Amino acid sequence: MESWKTNRFVFWVMSLPGTFWLLVFFLVPMSLVWIMSFGEKTGILTIDITWTLENYIRSTETVYLEIIWKSVWVSALATIACLLIAYPIAFAISFAPNRWKPWLLLAVILPFWINLLIRTYALIAVFRTRGFVNFSLEWLWDGANSILNFVGLGQFQLLGERFEALPLLYNNGAVIAGIVYVFMPFMVLPLYANIEKLDKSYLEASLDLGASHVRTFWSIVVPLTMPGIISGIILVFIPALGSFLIPDLLGGTNAQMIGNVIERQFKAANDWPFGSALSFLLMYATFGALALRAVLSREGGGMNA
Amino acid sequence: MTDAIISIRNITKRFGQVVAVDNISFDIPTNEFFALLGPSGCGKTTLLRMISGLENPTEGAIILDGVDTTGIPPNRRPVNMVFQSYAVFPHMNVLENVGYGLKVVGTPKSEIETRARDALQKVQLPELAERMPDQLSGGQRQRVALARALVKEPKVLLLDEPLSALDAKLREQMRLELANLQASVGITFIIVTHDQDEALSMADRIAVMDSGRVSQIATPEELYESPKTRFVADFIGKVNLLDGTVGSAGGKQITINVDGVGQLKVPLEGDAPSGEVAVAIRPEKLKLSSRKPAGDDVKIQGKVVNLAYYGNASHVFLETDSGLPMTANVQNDTRDFEGAIDVGDKTWISWRPDDALVLTE
Amino acid sequence: MPADTSIDRVMRTEAAPRKRRWWRRKSDIGALDYARRWWMKLFVGAMFAMLYAPIITLMLFSFNDSRRNIVWKGFTFKYYIKAWNNDGLIEAFANSLTIAVISTVLSTIIGAMVALTLWRFRFPGKPAYEGFMALPIVVPEICMGVAMLVFFARIGWPSGMPWPLNLSSITIAHVAFSFPFVAVVVRARMTGFNRELEEAAKDLGASEWQTFRDVILPFMKPGVVAGALLAFTLSLDDFVITFFTSGPDTVTFPVKVYSMVRFSVTPEVNAASTVLVVITVIATFFAMKFQAPVKGSAD
Repeated sequence: MESWKTNRFVFWVMSLPGTFWLLVFFLVPMSLVWIMSFGEKTGILTIDITWTLENYIRSTETVYLEIIWKSVWVSALATIACLLIAYPIAFAISFAPNRWKPWLLLAVILPFWINLLIRTYALIAVFRTRGFVNFSLEWLWDGANSILNFVGLGQFQLLGERFEALPLLYNNGAVIAGIVYVFMPFMVLPLYANIEKLDKSYLEASLDLGASHVRTFWSIVVPLTMPGIISGIILVFIPALGSFLIPDLLGGTNAQMIGNVIERQFKAANDWPFGSALSFLLMYATFGALALRAVLSREGGGMNA
Repeated sequence: MTDAIISIRNITKRFGQVVAVDNISFDIPTNEFFALLGPSGCGKTTLLRMISGLENPTEGAIILDGVDTTGIPPNRRPVNMVFQSYAVFPHMNVLENVGYGLKVVGTPKSEIETRARDALQKVQLPELAERMPDQLSGGQRQRVALARALVKEPKVLLLDEPLSALDAKLREQMRLELANLQASVGITFIIVTHDQDEALSMADRIAVMDSGRVSQIATPEELYESPKTRFVADFIGKVNLLDGTVGSAGGKQITINVDGVGQLKVPLEGDAPSGEVAVAIRPEKLKLSSRKPAGDDVKIQGKVVNLAYYGNASHVFLETDSGLPMTANVQNDTRDFEGAIDVGDKTWISWRPDDALVLTE
Repeated sequence: MPADTSIDRVMRTEAAPRKRRWWRRKSDIGALDYARRWWMKLFVGAMFAMLYAPIITLMLFSFNDSRRNIVWKGFTFKYYIKAWNNDGLIEAFANSLTIAVISTVLSTIIGAMVALTLWRFRFPGKPAYEGFMALPIVVPEICMGVAMLVFFARIGWPSGMPWPLNLSSITIAHVAFSFPFVAVVVRARMTGFNRELEEAAKDLGASEWQTFRDVILPFMKPGVVAGALLAFTLSLDDFVITFFTSGPDTVTFPVKVYSMVRFSVTPEVNAASTVLVVITVIATFFAMKFQAPVKGSAD
């Protein structure tokens, strides 16, 4: 690495396009939204920037606080579920034979490359009232009933009069399932990177010293892969908190998240200043999570994720 | 100094607050195999990189064949380098690698091919010209790097730790080959190494460096037998150092008072020192005997505290009666070493006065 | 040899009283061979099945000859033909491809240049600059989407321009969120670069430009290709930001599918999705191929 002064011309030519693009087409738009969050809607198309805090105050109304709070716990639950599922997967890949590793990793990453919309849409077909889950359950119900009939218990109707389809779609559960399904690769990759880096002789030493596998896992593997766990949690939690498409398609009217409220302000409700304020609240939350990660990884003492 | 191909003049290199090279000056004559030897971080690689032009000195100048190189970029200097990692371009085959230095200066294609193949002949790799680097062993890659530098017919060839990435057997073989190659091509070689055996076995002259300065420049034999400083004596080979003060000096001898041992006679070269000094004796110069040896040898009494067996020789760790630790190196010239010395044995330690040396620094 | 046999017997009799669970019998699985344990295989297998089952069923049912779309009624291509004849869908698809191609070219060039700057130079405020470059990666998509909407509305970006200029606002937005990703990928590649290769080239007489062309660029290439494919997929896949940037006459494929999905779940959507999935998988396959480390380059 050399000082930019050694070759000013090359430095400027190389850095200018990226800097320009990001300034004009990212920072300026973001600033406009920020400024607009202090504005007032004066007509259908006119907005005055009055530097009012009204929009931020409005976001603390119960109805919006509830949605923000729900966004947080839905994202948190989904993140925890992701971690519980992803850890064994990352662990297994890391301990798989070397020739298998790239393929297993590819299998984890591949869905991430497939369109988010298509993946979410695929889940609709799985969860809806006449979807695959309910279809399979109905089939099982029929099967169980015919067995009951066969053994002569049919007249008691032990399994209910008829099959009731489970309401799997258009609720918070569907949103959580969708987030887990969609963001799983974000959790597996940092975990895998950390477990892979872990010197396996620590595990062998622990087992050799008499610790059980479970004990070794909790007292050796988990502490040493903590940076990966933190990275994974942040990487899933941030996009989950800002998700719009998943609650929009899977959530129905009662399972909206903050992203949907923002969208509504900019589209149907046509209240851009309020939408801008909500949008920046989401940004601050995101930066807070990132700062938290920076602090946690620094406390980890050199164990960088 | 008239035929110096390279003249280092008051070179200093600072990286921010850190002084990597501290006011070094020396000359290297044409056709010499010169080694820069020192522990890691002593500035030897920085010095080499300044000769190549990859780093620029903070102060001082490097005169190459009568030309001040200050401000000349590396691609215009008639010196070439064999890098520690060999830096063989992974996307070019062997012949393209070797020919690269000729191609970039616009040498005609046909000439590149002949000269590159010639160079590969010199490093005994003519049959691998079409191979890709990832199909080569470490030793072969090193030869490619050598050929690639030699094909430019540099005035000075720089080698940065060239043998460190090779395994022990190959390293020993390459030492001999490098020395032979240098003799046959007649180019000045400057090698950087932290391995004393490497420097001693290959180089005509060695500069021992310590924290940015040159401690001593001398032939391998001089360095080993007449080190100028404690650092050099200790860095090259093993040495017993006995601290003492100067007693009386007379004629060609000087007496040093060593605590608990008494007066030691040491030969004197040049001016008599004064004050705190050290007496240095190489372990293999010590003789051990159960009975008090006769004659003029310096003799002290001690006991064997430990033994380390190395096959051809053994290291005997001793403690003098006054409690000073010493080490003797005993050749195992008979097969019954086991019975001869044992831990706990009382022994006489003796050496010829001429084999000891006074170190003032 | 009798001595051996007796030792053998002693060891066996000593081992016998120890707890021997049925699942441990006759196993050569080593202590750390977790991936070979049946429960691990079962869990990972089940999770992979859950990961892929929805997408695979989606693709399979694009061939299902039934509108109800739940029971297999027979194989058909008719929904592909229907999708092909859906002008709106085809136009959206063409728009998506056009945007993806232009945005990929631009973001690859800009991203690679940023990566080289960050790799090569040390300059005041570099950590802040790096953080700035990473912003589009970390900022929630919805925030960036509304920012683009506000930006293009406020500066009065002309709409209704002739093709392909009508896609310019979407393309600009796509470049803005794609090139930082390219920069990350290319820079990751460059950290594996052995600086001695560059020094060797200069030492052998190559100029700055020759060094760049002959040594740095060939090394960088796999990273650039991987970055370009990433940018292509990101652009092709993006829904949220496009959703806010697109107008009624500039619909991209995901936006079109979104409106179709909101309306109803039809096999036509499955067919169109299947085509996009296949394109993505092929692009990913190539990306992986190029991203594979060059042998011998690391040393």
